[in-house]
Amino acid sequence: MWSNLQRWVARVRAFFSASALDGELDEELKSHAAMLTDENIRKGMSPDEARRDALVRMGARETSKEEHRALRGLPFVDTLTQDLRYTLRTLRRDAAFAAFAILIVGIGIGASCTIFSVVNTLLLRPLPFREPASVVWVANQPSGGSHDLSGQTVQVDYMLDVRRQGHSFSELAAYFAFYGVGDANLIGQGAPERFTNVPVTQNFFSMLGVQPILGREFTPEEATDNGSHATMLSYGLWQTRFSRDRGIIGRAININGALSTVVGVLPESFDFGNLFAPGTHVDFFTPFPLTDRTNRWGNTLSIVARLNPGVTLAAAQAETEVIGSAMHHDHPERNGFTPELSYLSQHVSGRIQPALILLACAVGVVMLIVCANLSNLLLARGASRQKEIAIRSALGATKPRLVRQMLTESLVLSSAGAVLGLLLAFAGTRALSHLSGVAIPMLGSVHIDGPSLIFTVVAAILTGVFFGLVPALHVPGPKLHESLKDAHRGSSAGVGHALIRSVLVVSEIALACMLVAGAGLLIHSFLRVLDVNMGFHPERAVTLRIDPNSSYKTQEQRNAYFTEALRRATHISGVSGAGLTDTLPLGRNRTWWAGVQGRTYTQSELPLAFVRIVSDGYFKAMGIPLIEGRDFTQTDIPASQHVIVVNQTLARRNWPGQDPIGQKIQTNGGSVVIGVVGDVRHLALEEESGSEMYLPIRQTNDYPTVDIVVRSSLPTVEIGERLRDTLRPIAPELSMSSLQPLQSLVDKSVSPRRFVVLLLGGFAAFALILASLGIYAVVSYSVSQRTQEIGIRMALGASAGTVRASVLGQTMRLAAIGIAIGVGASFLLAGALRSLLFGVNSEDPATFAAMLGVLTIVAAIAGYLPARRASRIDPMVALRMQ
Amino acid sequence: MKETRSDILQGTLDLMVLKTLEAMGPLHGYGLARRIEQIGDEALAVSQGTIYLCLIRLVQRKWISAVWGASENNRKAKFYSITKAGQKQLAVETENWERISGVIGKVLQLVPQR
Repeated sequence: MWSNLQRWVARVRAFFSASALDGELDEELKSHAAMLTDENIRKGMSPDEARRDALVRMGARETSKEEHRALRGLPFVDTLTQDLRYTLRTLRRDAAFAAFAILIVGIGIGASCTIFSVVNTLLLRPLPFREPASVVWVANQPSGGSHDLSGQTVQVDYMLDVRRQGHSFSELAAYFAFYGVGDANLIGQGAPERFTNVPVTQNFFSMLGVQPILGREFTPEEATDNGSHATMLSYGLWQTRFSRDRGIIGRAININGALSTVVGVLPESFDFGNLFAPGTHVDFFTPFPLTDRTNRWGNTLSIVARLNPGVTLAAAQAETEVIGSAMHHDHPERNGFTPELSYLSQHVSGRIQPALILLACAVGVVMLIVCANLSNLLLARGASRQKEIAIRSALGATKPRLVRQMLTESLVLSSAGAVLGLLLAFAGTRALSHLSGVAIPMLGSVHIDGPSLIFTVVAAILTGVFFGLVPALHVPGPKLHESLKDAHRGSSAGVGHALIRSVLVVSEIALACMLVAGAGLLIHSFLRVLDVNMGFHPERAVTLRIDPNSSYKTQEQRNAYFTEALRRATHISGVSGAGLTDTLPLGRNRTWWAGVQGRTYTQSELPLAFVRIVSDGYFKAMGIPLIEGRDFTQTDIPASQHVIVVNQTLARRNWPGQDPIGQKIQTNGGSVVIGVVGDVRHLALEEESGSEMYLPIRQTNDYPTVDIVVRSSLPTVEIGERLRDTLRPIAPELSMSSLQPLQSLVDKSVSPRRFVVLLLGGFAAFALILASLGIYAVVSYSVSQRTQEIGIRMALGASAGTVRASVLGQTMRLAAIGIAIGVGASFLLAGALRSLLFGVNSEDPATFAAMLGVLTIVAAIAGYLPARRASRIDPMVALRMQ
Repeated sequence: MKETRSDILQGTLDLMVLKTLEAMGPLHGYGLARRIEQIGDEALAVSQGTIYLCLIRLVQRKWISAVWGASENNRKAKFYSITKAGQKQLAVETENWERISGVIGKVLQLVPQR
């Protein structure tokens, strides 16, 4: 064992000093020969004879040197460097081929590595917490399948009950789910700017195992109703707004006019928005008290909890259910609590998971096409290199040695491609992680890391072996004679060879077909989504947060502020309408009871409706059609009759077959329905609206925030400036950071879908290009092989048209087989896409017809060029080629 | 690799080289080959190529060491001598060889049983 190791050390050392050792050996053998000659002379031979005899007895000097080297050094590495040198020489001779191969492998590996990094971040890598596998998400099961936040969140007392009585969890923590993006106006440092604050329970960070990098987390005292105001900053805010000032701890900052002490700064690795509210930034955190007061706010909490060791998710689910229903029985005044537990990782990435798996499969298919394409090209090259290979084997290269040489070539190509791919992946992941406003969780932390690098190396090796193997095994074996003859005749590598190449092209087409079908279905869905009647018109409207500041103390003052703000906004020239709302569509959502007055309901029957607090002019500014009745007016004030506007769905549900105008709803102390408006998709473009109702902003205090919606033909920036100028007298601290076109809400809502569609579409396009190149290469190769045959045909009277038709026919046969297989496979696999489709059946005939058309056209173009070339063959030239 | 093809022969050549070097002291490649041939009464022809393969292997295992020196006729030659590790190995191999040759001798003495 020890001596073996020593031998390997000696071998490695010998490998690096090969030429010196060769010299020594040479000298040793020379003196050996001399001594032998001396002795022969002593025995009485003539000097010439003596030398000859010595050399004969010593045997073939070069062979023994070769053996000596093999034993002494590392013959494997020797061969490898030899192969590499040879490869580089061949590739330099065929630079166009090498560049093309490296380019497509690069694009393929770049795409794979980027997608792998995303998948790794979102699905494989554990969340950045202590023991992330035991952290669970405790949601309320949405009643009636609605996806609004009120239905999914939990009332404070339930959380306290589970904390007191449950044995499944070592700790429960929560955040206030109805925090508003941009709710916090930070005053003092520079221009006022809107930030996002999330109230969290006192133990939120310690439960997750997130340690502040500066300061401490909240104390129990700070998390009481009248506790001292404390704030923890996110790393991003600390960096941008406070330039990483370590002295920030203990200082007071002014949030919305109230002073709050900074007690801690969170680490960079913890990005709340990234996890819980993809596409948004959360800037600081305040403590959320768990008290009677907050309990009265209803369903407000999103709970995260840590399972006790050894407790399964199912056991925790069962226990929480029991506690939930027992408590609801004891306290009928509370909202219901039907818990639904899931692992936090599942909650975070669950919705995007099918799309990611799809992208991963797609990128795998792309790689297969890349491999098939390169296999094909290498086979074509192999055919033209047959003579060279035959000569090499005539000179003594064994078949394994030739196969190794060929594989070295493809591995060099794939490694060079991988280097290019890695560069592309660096750029790709950077671009992805800096995408703003894409509502995909964890996207911000996508980057190339160790696993991505390992993935790239493995991908490069697999790719190289995969596309190199078939051509390598196809090098001519012992039947040297035949292959020399065959190559010479130019009538090609025979039927077997052509068959393999056809199979490769057919599979390329079939794979491309599947990608095009998948992309087609998703694009079709995307168009359907964009086509959805949202119920409002996002184009040519902007929104801006204009919460009344703390100087407007009474409801009367605030109402006057609203009236004045609307008056000023509508007077800007070019503005055709303005209105206020507390909840913009496609953002946060809450539901209230919306029972008909005088009717009694059991708890489960009680109708719920999405509620928005709006002003007069809102419907017009948003482009929501007023179907019946009237809009709110400035005279709908607290003292007058409480009024309400409902959407068509609520009107239909509450008063089927009756006129809803003048009917009464229990909401807001009893309100009279004065109008009916069209349904608005408030949750997502893909989801039906459900019941909605609108309360006049002047008759309630229950609005957390106020946005103004302004409809105007002016560009966003210009209308923003005019708004700021005109509102300055009544809102001097107005921050413009929340100004956005209404369209951007829609864009953000469809951003995950657009993300997937763009990537998949790109893959499909790349696959199509590769497949068409594959068709082109095979057909034009076969044309060049058949030049003579075509020449004879033309000499015998075949017209150019017939020749063209026959070549095109060959192309279309290949394409037809590929498309048939591809369509079949797509049909079978499309079912797996169902969860990603919208308004489109997975067997959507239109999409499949379009795919068929696209592929046929692409195949026809790819086949037409060689067909044209074939038809222009001059029979005389072709026949003389012999 | 070629080594495995004639393992036994190689093993015996290793043994012969080690023993010769132990008995005769430092020798160059040619002297070594001649000595082994003489001992074998010229019945055993040692190919000159083989002897150097054997020597490089033994050097790599540090059983023998090599230094450049001058031969009797004042030619430059590499002199090989056995090392401590080589002597240990020689003892082991000798014992092995004796055991095996003993067994083979006994096997060859078997008479047919009728």
